[in-house]
Amino acid sequence: MSVLVNAWKWLRRLSGDDAYERYLEHARAEHPDCIVWDRARFCREREIEKWTGVKRCC
Amino acid sequence: MRINKSVPFLFVAVIGAYTLGGLALHRGETINALWIVTAAVCIYAIGYRFYSAWVAARVLTVDPSRATPAVRLNNGRDFMPTDRWIVFGHHFAAIAGPGPLIGPTLAAQFGYLPGILWILIGSVLGGCVQDMTILFLSTRRDGKSLGQMARDELGPFGGFAAIIGTILILVILIAVLGLVIVNAMKHSPWATATVFATIPIAMFIGGYLRSFRPGRVLEASLIGVALLLGAVAFGGWVDHQEARTWFDYTGLPLAGFVIGYGLLAAILPVWLLLAPRDNLSTFLKLGTVVLLAIAIVILRPDIKMPAFTQFVDGTGPIFAGKVFPFVFITIACGAISGFHSLVASGTTPKLITNERDIRMIGYGSMMLESFVAVMAMIAATLLDPGVYFAINTAAGVVGAAPDAAVATISGWGFPVSVDQMAGLAKEMGEQTLFGRTGGAPSLAVGMASIFGTAFGQGLLAVWYHFAIMFEAVFILTTLDAGTRVGRFMLQDALGHIWKPMGRTSWYPSVIVASALIVAAWGYFLYIGVIDPNGGVNILWPLFGIANQMLAGIALSVATGILVKSGKLKYALVTLVPLAWLALITTTAAWQKVMSPNPKLGFFAAANDLAMKLASGALPPEKAAVAPTLIFNQRLDGWITVFFTLVLWFVIADMLRVASRCLRGLPVPPSAEAAA
Repeated sequence: MSVLVNAWKWLRRLSGDDAYERYLEHARAEHPDCIVWDRARFCREREIEKWTGVKRCC
Repeated sequence: MRINKSVPFLFVAVIGAYTLGGLALHRGETINALWIVTAAVCIYAIGYRFYSAWVAARVLTVDPSRATPAVRLNNGRDFMPTDRWIVFGHHFAAIAGPGPLIGPTLAAQFGYLPGILWILIGSVLGGCVQDMTILFLSTRRDGKSLGQMARDELGPFGGFAAIIGTILILVILIAVLGLVIVNAMKHSPWATATVFATIPIAMFIGGYLRSFRPGRVLEASLIGVALLLGAVAFGGWVDHQEARTWFDYTGLPLAGFVIGYGLLAAILPVWLLLAPRDNLSTFLKLGTVVLLAIAIVILRPDIKMPAFTQFVDGTGPIFAGKVFPFVFITIACGAISGFHSLVASGTTPKLITNERDIRMIGYGSMMLESFVAVMAMIAATLLDPGVYFAINTAAGVVGAAPDAAVATISGWGFPVSVDQMAGLAKEMGEQTLFGRTGGAPSLAVGMASIFGTAFGQGLLAVWYHFAIMFEAVFILTTLDAGTRVGRFMLQDALGHIWKPMGRTSWYPSVIVASALIVAAWGYFLYIGVIDPNGGVNILWPLFGIANQMLAGIALSVATGILVKSGKLKYALVTLVPLAWLALITTTAAWQKVMSPNPKLGFFAAANDLAMKLASGALPPEKAAVAPTLIFNQRLDGWITVFFTLVLWFVIADMLRVASRCLRGLPVPPSAEAAA
């Protein structure tokens, strides 16, 4: 069972499915006094960042 | 190193040497693909266990106790310590494109052996080392790009060369990829309808992720992949309706479609088309690679192509040129790809938790990419050689009539019949497979026969179009992403001339820069489509030279930095691959420019055509396009000269810095970030 749970976690991590949760975790731990973005805002910012620069190859 | 730990590797070495020797010495009718797979796996295992470990420890002196930029600059977004397997997955998804599928397919015209040997040796000693070294150097410099590192460590010229090299290689790359999918869709309503359908699917997933369920990548991708499989079925359905004529096009309108699509994709916001398409393409890519590996191991197909064909002498019908240097130029990305150095300096270094992981991520990802190239070679060479040449040789070479084509190809000693080709086309759900150049259709036939035999023979046509859809989806992703990168670089460059052009989100600047990039690759795509010899024979070698040149620039930067950091004797690790690349790209460029053979030399081809045009020997439809083709051949010749000069200037710049450093003269200081 724990194998399946781990595989699921790994898949979510790999696909970026849990990116927002990780961001929340990071923001609460490191910058508790800052305003956090909501999910939609976070995803928009992340997308822009992801596609600036060389991200895909031949 | 303790002896008992090395014992298993002694066995790996013995098995590897045995299978590789078997491959090299085997001269029979056929050989099983498992020999190739085993030899490859053993060589990778030894290269990874010993060579990469030695390079990481001695040459790069990786320091596990040193804080990486991800740890020091952690901001929860781009700089973020990430599990090494996740980084491995991201890095592999970024470097793996259509190149290692197409290159080996074309290089199979020399037989399986030259290509396989270069894929294995080139990756273990060249490509993997380049990727790992650049990843390491960029990690030590807070994720700086290759261009920045070249500027900082060598001087302004190196940086300039890296940027110009990148833009040019992008233009050539996108043109040749566009040509590959145009050739795959030509007169194939099934393929065309499927590829067209992927666009609204990507937009739907984009909207879903943007407005309905932000950030739920996994569920959106599952829906998307299901829809893409539906698109393959939809294409098959359309193919049996009257409406099939709506999707039945010649090359030119399809090229127009690809160009229009490219422009749109570069201007539209990323969330609408590029990002969702990329997600889907990554899922398909990983899934198909795993599936193909499993199928090859289950099926253990026989390789029907001989180890060497007579075309090693340079008379090959798919592209001209002798096995040296053209097998190296043609394989390109599967052995060493300069483009990887752009990905390895940028996103990936900002995610690395510990320098120890650099070996696995840099060296390991490239090993996997190289294995993809091995599988592409297997898929190309398990076809009957006659069928392989019938699919991949342009009508301009063997004649447009099937009778003439099979007669010529059988005359080479690779028997094939019109009935066999017609039967195969029918099985694959296509009207014809003659002259489907570019590598995608032949790879799809190879993949369909593997998948068909392993997972259900009745579905050959579906497997074929699944393979075409798979190739198209990630070719279009590379096309989108490449156009966008070219646009950013051009905006940056133009911004130095006129400030507002440098504002990446200012719409007039976006449109002008995108249009310029699309016009540049669109031009080469157009020429490729009207070229009676298929265009791939011109564009792919040009791309190969450009890509290997970029690798030469990356290795120059690495060598320069190694010498500057006092590791002169270890600099051989990057200097030897650099010398080899300089030798093959220069030889290839020399032949493409100077050869008097019109099949090989650009200027010879231009002069030959000009003479035929002047003497009135050309039929009217060929005479109409001849001036364009003549101009293009000359342009390609000058581009090749330019590539070579840029590479040699960078090498000279590196040697200048290295020699100053060795004589104790001042050099640009190391840009390594403080620990």
